[in-house]
Amino acid sequence: MKLEDMKCGDTATVVRVTGSGQLRKRVLDLGLTRGAKVKLVRVAPLGDPIEIELRGYRLTVRKAEASIVELEEGAR
Amino acid sequence: MITAALIGNPNSGKTTVFNKLTGSIQHVGNWPGVTVERKQGYIRNTSKDRILVVDLPGVYSLSPYSPDEIVSRDYLIGTQESRPDVAINIVDASNMERALYLLLQVSDIGIPMVVVLNMVDVAEQNGIRIDRGKLSQILGCEVVETIGTRNMGTSEIGDAVQRAYDSGAVPKTITYSGEIEECISEVQAVIAPSVRSGLERWCAIKMIERDGMVLGDLDGDVVDRAMAVITEFEARMEDDGMQIMATARYDAAEKIESQCMSRSAKGKGRDTAVSDRIDNILLNRYLGIPIFLAIMLAVYFVSIQTVGTWGSDWINENATSWLQETVADALERAEVSEALTGLIVDGMIAGVFAVIGFLPQIIVLFLCLSILEECGYMSRVAYLLDRLFSRFGLSGKTVIPVVIGMGCGVPAIMGSRTIEDEQTRRITVMTTTFIPCSAKLPIITVIIAAFFRESAVVALMMYVLGICMILMSGIILKKFSGVTGKPSPFVMELPVYHTPTLRNVLINSGEKSWSFVKKAGTFILLSCVVVWFLCSYDWGLGFIGSNETGGSILSDIGGAITGLFALQGFGNHWELTVSSITGLLAKENLLGTLAVLIDPSGSGTGEDGLLTAGALASFCTSGEAMAFLIFNLLCAPCFAAIGAMHKELGDWRLTGFALLYQCVLAWCASLVFYQLWLVAQGMTDPVGLAIAAAVCCVYGYFVAARDPVGAIRRNTERRGNGGTTE
Repeated sequence: MKLEDMKCGDTATVVRVTGSGQLRKRVLDLGLTRGAKVKLVRVAPLGDPIEIELRGYRLTVRKAEASIVELEEGAR
Repeated sequence: MITAALIGNPNSGKTTVFNKLTGSIQHVGNWPGVTVERKQGYIRNTSKDRILVVDLPGVYSLSPYSPDEIVSRDYLIGTQESRPDVAINIVDASNMERALYLLLQVSDIGIPMVVVLNMVDVAEQNGIRIDRGKLSQILGCEVVETIGTRNMGTSEIGDAVQRAYDSGAVPKTITYSGEIEECISEVQAVIAPSVRSGLERWCAIKMIERDGMVLGDLDGDVVDRAMAVITEFEARMEDDGMQIMATARYDAAEKIESQCMSRSAKGKGRDTAVSDRIDNILLNRYLGIPIFLAIMLAVYFVSIQTVGTWGSDWINENATSWLQETVADALERAEVSEALTGLIVDGMIAGVFAVIGFLPQIIVLFLCLSILEECGYMSRVAYLLDRLFSRFGLSGKTVIPVVIGMGCGVPAIMGSRTIEDEQTRRITVMTTTFIPCSAKLPIITVIIAAFFRESAVVALMMYVLGICMILMSGIILKKFSGVTGKPSPFVMELPVYHTPTLRNVLINSGEKSWSFVKKAGTFILLSCVVVWFLCSYDWGLGFIGSNETGGSILSDIGGAITGLFALQGFGNHWELTVSSITGLLAKENLLGTLAVLIDPSGSGTGEDGLLTAGALASFCTSGEAMAFLIFNLLCAPCFAAIGAMHKELGDWRLTGFALLYQCVLAWCASLVFYQLWLVAQGMTDPVGLAIAAAVCCVYGYFVAARDPVGAIRRNTERRGNGGTTE
């Protein structure tokens, strides 16, 4: 599952982060590592980017860039 | 003297702690080679040694990617001879896991460390309590609690730094799982002879993360042997090093947090709840963008329309002329030559005050912007509008400089500071002056009064043209990656809203305003003196009167290059070309110069010293005037704005490129307009029209092609290899 498949208020758990280079490192550094729980909070008025909650803080990310994060449904 | 490096996440209250520690006496500069701000200052009231605190940029990790991260890690690692004595690590108590993720990397570098647990009040409101003793025991370094905004605990930091320095103890090593530790020690054994002692663990971990900077520093065969160990490890773990290390570090951070943190159900997540309620309105699907526009309008109104402009007008109308008259009188009485008086009064004083005049606007603007930045709204702006601008290579935050640019390009260019992404920031700096500023407005007004019966539609078209050019340039400039830098991904924290502190806002806006005066000032002064000289002297270096222009060196230069604008129509009138040059001093100069040149008798000059519409209408055609207007709206801005551009871009090569780009675009746009106007008038010029079509094709190619710059370069090289000279 991807972040863009989630609806507002849904929660999920990170399985892995694919991709490479700066984007992947940045996403990992910000805490989207295996086992982290994420919640989709809201979508920007123009439909992109999205706002998620993880590790007690809020992060925004473009849908296209968020597609490197693989998730599984629900909180483990 | 002790050198301490201050490091922490963005939004961890680092700046507040730094301001409290060092007071208002700080030194602000740039890190060598990059436009990342470097701030340092001495801790006030230290008991023993003097302590110099160097404020590192806020980062989430010590990765080798963004300039902020590179600056931070290079400084912390330093060299054998010079490296910081102590690292002060700011940990946001209400956001501990992410802070510990960074802290674990810093502690691997092996310098004595002091942990500052900041914003404990916010954490407590949220029902989070942290056992300071426990944390200190786990990390093996002193932990100080502070509430940055209330000056609580900041004085203890100095003492803790002194103690850490005296003991010289490095933090404890936090170990990961057995397999990972095994791999780290194997890699350590391989690289030990080639790296500085003490840094083996840091280097080994970074190598497992495939850190390009560490890999690049080592010899090929050492890297090969280490990579053999790492690849074997990755195969065993069925994962790659980068992900293994990030996961392990976050898992360790979670564990440390759970060991020393207690949560009470009461007040859990209160802050987030308040922020959420605010965001439900400010980021609302329907209200979000209108509210943003209203806020921008308010900022524009306060800084450009009212408060800031009152100050600027007062300086321009009263202070400047008073000083000029007083000095001129004094010089006259002292029987100083007319030329020297002119240089001082019309060259230097006018030049310096051309800068000072912008100050009130800049100060008010920066006050507004730093309030928005401090409270956390600025990040939301990027979030709101990213979709719209990202496809043009710009970001949501580009809107802020563009709106401000309608008032004045100087604060607009400086307002681009709030854009983190280097590529977007540079493109914004290079294009934001395409929006007609308030000094260009009188030119638009006179021309539409002369030819278009004061049509508001034509005036509006000029703003639309400016925005279109910014968007088109966004697409084009993005392709000059060597000039505009690398884009960084849009992954951004939305901090919890908090009330800005007066002290931070004042220090922040004061610093920015002063750096403008200092850096832009010298350049503007020099340019003003040069242009004054060119307009006041003839070729025999005979003085013809201050700013007389007719018969001066400048008018001859203008006459000589006026042919460049033949295809734009207005090249038929050398007066228009010359006034474009004096427009570089300040765009409103342009009408004054034109008034003198077109009709020296003064009948074409209005009460305000500017050109009247009637005089212009009998001087040239509407097509020529419009082509002239388009050129002047888009070409190089005034010297003050060029100075600001140079300050923001950081070097002359980029500034030169930006000015060239602007002038070429202006030349092409006015060419295309004039040729189409000729067609509409039934006076088609086949040569000109062909050139206009070619210009359109080139721009079309640059917009459409994926890598036009690379393609042209490869083509040139291929031809170069074929033996033909380019």
